[in-house]
Amino acid sequence: MTVTSLNSESRRTQRRGVTVAPWRRGLLDSPGNIAITLGYVLVVAWLGIPFLRWVVFDATFSSDAAGCASGGGACWAFIGEKWRFILFGTYPVERHWRPASACILLIGLLIAACIPRFWGRGLGYAGAAGLIVAAMLLCGVPGPIVATDQWGGLPVTLFLSVGAFAGAFPLAICLALWRRSDQGGVRWLATAFIEVVRGVPLISLLYVATLLFPLMLPAGASLDKFVRAGAALTLFVAAYLAEIIRAGLQAVPRGQYEAALSLGLSQRQATLLVVLPQALRAVIPPMVNLATGMFQETTLVVIIGMFDLLNTARAAANDPNWIGYYNEAFAFVALIYFVFCFSLSRYSLWLERRFGQAKR
Amino acid sequence: MRHMLRRRAGTFIQATAVAVAMLGAVTAADAGPTLDAINARGKIKVGVGTSPGFFAPDSNGKWQGFFVDFGRALAVTVFNDPEKVEFTSSSPQQRLPSLQAGEFDVLLSGVTQTITRSFKLGFHFGPVVFYDGQGLLVKKSLGVSKGADLNGATIGIQSGTTGELNIADFFRKNKNTFKPVVIEETKELRTALESGRVDALTQDATDLAITRVQLTKPDDYVLLPERLSKEPLAPAIRSGDDRWLEVVNWTVYATIQAEELGITKANVDSLLESDDPEIKRFLGTDKSLGEAIGLDPKFAYNIVKAVGNYGEIYERNVGKGTKLDFERGYNQLWTKGGLLYSPPFR
Repeated sequence: MTVTSLNSESRRTQRRGVTVAPWRRGLLDSPGNIAITLGYVLVVAWLGIPFLRWVVFDATFSSDAAGCASGGGACWAFIGEKWRFILFGTYPVERHWRPASACILLIGLLIAACIPRFWGRGLGYAGAAGLIVAAMLLCGVPGPIVATDQWGGLPVTLFLSVGAFAGAFPLAICLALWRRSDQGGVRWLATAFIEVVRGVPLISLLYVATLLFPLMLPAGASLDKFVRAGAALTLFVAAYLAEIIRAGLQAVPRGQYEAALSLGLSQRQATLLVVLPQALRAVIPPMVNLATGMFQETTLVVIIGMFDLLNTARAAANDPNWIGYYNEAFAFVALIYFVFCFSLSRYSLWLERRFGQAKR
Repeated sequence: MRHMLRRRAGTFIQATAVAVAMLGAVTAADAGPTLDAINARGKIKVGVGTSPGFFAPDSNGKWQGFFVDFGRALAVTVFNDPEKVEFTSSSPQQRLPSLQAGEFDVLLSGVTQTITRSFKLGFHFGPVVFYDGQGLLVKKSLGVSKGADLNGATIGIQSGTTGELNIADFFRKNKNTFKPVVIEETKELRTALESGRVDALTQDATDLAITRVQLTKPDDYVLLPERLSKEPLAPAIRSGDDRWLEVVNWTVYATIQAEELGITKANVDSLLESDDPEIKRFLGTDKSLGEAIGLDPKFAYNIVKAVGNYGEIYERNVGKGTKLDFERGYNQLWTKGGLLYSPPFR
């Protein structure tokens, strides 16, 4: 961070004073730098030209499978044929507007949750309402029910990650507060939960949720696999999030709490109104970090037979008529993942800068 | 993060599988029969895999494939509606524990029937729907027509499979020698064959057929007819529901018997007029059989009408007309030199 800002500042002063074109400084101003620059240009050309040929020049854009087989480059016609399947999986095709609007709703929620002005209780209610509406859209309500086995693609990835994070947030706050509580019983329970969940890989939690849990239910009772997987993810995120929030709580000086008490606030008020807001604010970057990670980790649900975005891409290339276009399928979903994760990471940087300024 | 999440996952999965199998053995006896659960739910839950031609969703997200069609045939037997079935994909590691846990009513994911799975894990198997086995894929230009001609050849084998042992046994039996090249990735196997680093590949024949399609020039390669191992792929169900097992059995037999009787999707309606007593019993125009077994007397007619006979299912999904271009081989009627044989419908 500091290095780049220094650099841009010195570049600006350069522009004002000296005649050397700024872009040439450091690129072509000494034989060593010229050699390095040339080396990089060669590497970029060596990697970039075949890549561009594959992506653009040799690619087949509009054709059928036979046309693609004769071309040498990427088969974007495959994506043209399969984009709906990759995005929405085995969802009934005539009702695709439902997962599409669920996605838009969830992305809207995500964006709203990123705007500091909206942070507060209202966002919590809006988030809960939004998730319920998204679930209803996906379930097919009102109308014939669409079983969760038929859900697939982007809505599954979004719903699981947004839902797990939203559900984990209140739970994590409780866990973090309990773990710092004076009451032994509560503290012990919270600590045990966090350590057990963090001590087990996510994949095993998913296995327990899908395979062992149904056997423990009384005969006849059943809980949908999607719900079970969502619950497992929520608990997993909650344990990690609780530790992040606990770190935030530790960063708030004890004086803040004591000052709040001396102003006549109750212990509860002091914690909720004074300590917690500061603590959460301090740990936003690691929380965004966790969210980015979770967005990618949800793809582990593939091992319990659910079609998330990555898995629909793989399945798309399994169609006997369009067999083997894995590169195109994976490139397409990589782009989607990149857009989401890159935006989140840029957002995190922006937030850091904003809070940095506020502190100054 | 990723390492942390995945660590010890492998052992854990195995442990879960064993635990689930043991718990399942205890609960299977008191659990309600599968067929009751299916009727109450109004649809059959089928576990499938993901493999082109055998089970894969099409562009509209509808499941298609050889095994998928047998799932639809089951829905026809139980509900007379090929759509009252729900397919869920399941990985090879978790499909058996999932079946045991009750995720599926039947597993049509290409499970090999073995004695261990019957006794130790407590599964029942329906009739074999596909006789698979380890095969050999060679370049046509080598001019090889059978495995014994491959003396001294270099052969690509996928690591971590039983294929290595089988191929060694096969060459020893023929008093031939070969040079194994063990490769992990399927993609690298293809490259090795195309670049000439190996003369032949060995995998299960179904996998080889899929591998062949993905080669740059599939027509330059041929799958040899012999099989070096037995991989009978059969529908698997939990033990404890004999009636459901019979439904699975006779649904598969109906497709085989229909082919033997020459009944196809196209001529099934006209054959309703047939005077042949065997056909009359089979199609349910003679109602006595259906009444005796407690199924819809026309269940076999419905199956053929909805999904076709065995040969039609085969040809439509993996046969000569498709990209996979798979020979019938052992998956041919017993009257034509194959292994498909349906007990009589009487």
